[in-house]
Amino acid sequence: MMETKTLQRKSDCEWRIPLTGKMRVPAVIYATESLIQDMDEKVREQITHVAMLPGIVKAAYAMPDAHWGYGFPIGGVAAFDPEDGVISAGGVGFDVSCGVRTLHTGLTVRQIEAVKERLADALFQTVPAGLGSRGKIHLNPAAMKAMLRGGALWAVEQGYGTPDDLDFVEEGGCMEGAVPDEVSEHAVKRQQDEMGTLGSGNHYLEVQRVAEILDEATARAFGLAHDEVVVSIHCGSRGLGHQIGTEYLKRMVVTAASHGIELPDRELACAPIRSELGQSYLGAMRSAINCALANRQIITHLVRQAFASVFPEIELPLIYDVSHNTCKVERHDVDGETRELYVHRKGATRAFGPGHAALPAAYQQTGQPVIIGGTMGTASHVLVGTSEGEALSFSSSCHGAGRAMSRHEALKRWQGRALVDSLAAEGIIIKTRTYRGVAEEAPGAYKDVDAVADAAHESGLSRRVARLTPLICIKG
Amino acid sequence: MIGRWEHFPHGADIGVRGIAPTLEGAFEQTALALSAIVVDPDSLDAREEVALRCEAPDAELLLADWLNALIYEMATQRMLFGRFEVHLDGTRLSATAWGQPIAPERQELTVEPKGATYTALSVRQDDDGLWNAECVVDV
Repeated sequence: MMETKTLQRKSDCEWRIPLTGKMRVPAVIYATESLIQDMDEKVREQITHVAMLPGIVKAAYAMPDAHWGYGFPIGGVAAFDPEDGVISAGGVGFDVSCGVRTLHTGLTVRQIEAVKERLADALFQTVPAGLGSRGKIHLNPAAMKAMLRGGALWAVEQGYGTPDDLDFVEEGGCMEGAVPDEVSEHAVKRQQDEMGTLGSGNHYLEVQRVAEILDEATARAFGLAHDEVVVSIHCGSRGLGHQIGTEYLKRMVVTAASHGIELPDRELACAPIRSELGQSYLGAMRSAINCALANRQIITHLVRQAFASVFPEIELPLIYDVSHNTCKVERHDVDGETRELYVHRKGATRAFGPGHAALPAAYQQTGQPVIIGGTMGTASHVLVGTSEGEALSFSSSCHGAGRAMSRHEALKRWQGRALVDSLAAEGIIIKTRTYRGVAEEAPGAYKDVDAVADAAHESGLSRRVARLTPLICIKG
Repeated sequence: MIGRWEHFPHGADIGVRGIAPTLEGAFEQTALALSAIVVDPDSLDAREEVALRCEAPDAELLLADWLNALIYEMATQRMLFGRFEVHLDGTRLSATAWGQPIAPERQELTVEPKGATYTALSVRQDDDGLWNAECVVDV
């Protein structure tokens, strides 16, 4: 539980940790009083430590769903100057570019209800999910390098999806600056059976009902209508990203002193952006971003195949694909000056406002879709980036519900089989290979995602557009 | 393998802890705690043998390296391990892990460890002489 006494309250949803000790900039937490009180004290400690890193610009930010991570809190955002700033493997996370993409089905809830069990079975059989599952795609070394360079663009070139999809993926589906040669053989080997797999833990594939529209005009622009059905895919860069995170975390810890970096905590291992190690990590991390984008693109193809087995001729166009664990070079306004910055978002979503050059034409007027994943029993949300988000958080918003308790505690409180049965009684089909995994991911183990979305809305980080509720969940 | 292992709570991930009269034993028990994230280690038919080596500047980084070496073997050899023998020479580790191939169709597997982090990373000897090795594993 976080004590609010030492925080300066700036507004209903903005709390400031003033400069103290070795902090170079203040830290800001965006949350309601209730969410702040439920946050682990470690969030304050970690975001304060982030504010001590060299070259940090303006402030270190924690999003409304922030929780205890390693190094950076999950839900942490920090931007660094290219000349004297650092890049941190712990500030990106192990699951590089873990993210969510959402697809239109063009179907109504009534159409889905008629075939729900058959559709759930088709998705469960088609998309490899859970620990130990293997993908059907095995890449030789040349193809692996092409995938790491090309991302979702590469996947589309291989026949997974259509070129139109790429307009609705950050970076047009291909992260520039990827250097596959910086990816170790170990990382490549760890990926060999994992292309097109969902993974485990909090990863999922969900068929969702558009249960509520809060912003009609923006919903229309995103193609969302009440009682229509969408599909969301949550997964990341799989073994390749995990191995890159592991390897660079160690290299950054071991070399920090030689770079003159005093780490407030080992977990904050980082390297100067301009250093050989910093550049090496950038090349590898960008390759992992492409791996995640390719992975979600291949899974999209599999989802389309599964849907087509039930609804022939269906298309499932992409609404948007957001990445959560990244460091990207972006231009932002700092005290009236436009500066190039290295923006770390760990468990946080890029949320560009209207008119941003990086957005597709279809979303120029509205701003970027921000997709906030819930749990298998609770809502997910679609929000939209705002103009004011630029000044608030370098155009960043939250990414999900955020855990409220440990997996350990969840296992004590819930039984997987009983959870699956009770969700079935509510009309939600859960397909899983692990009941223990279901218990660890119990909806009650997470914060109230509606409260998180409200806090993002109230603080101006992004605005609520639609609320989605689960119909089918394939658990990773 | 003398000693015991346990999991400790972390907000999003899972803490693993090994406790034993020797440092080697604590490393072995922490490895069992890692396996127990995925499956009940006692349920494994731990017959296949894998050799591992790693080296790090200090005991704590060595613990993280050891667990990460196991995670790598679990992922690439598609194996689960239920028995370990660790030898330490300063900050060099050599070990044998015994396990079996992953069989998702026959075993209930919970969640995949992504990597051992430096969160709550600690290797220490308590007042009773017992060694305690622990860290948080990202899942």
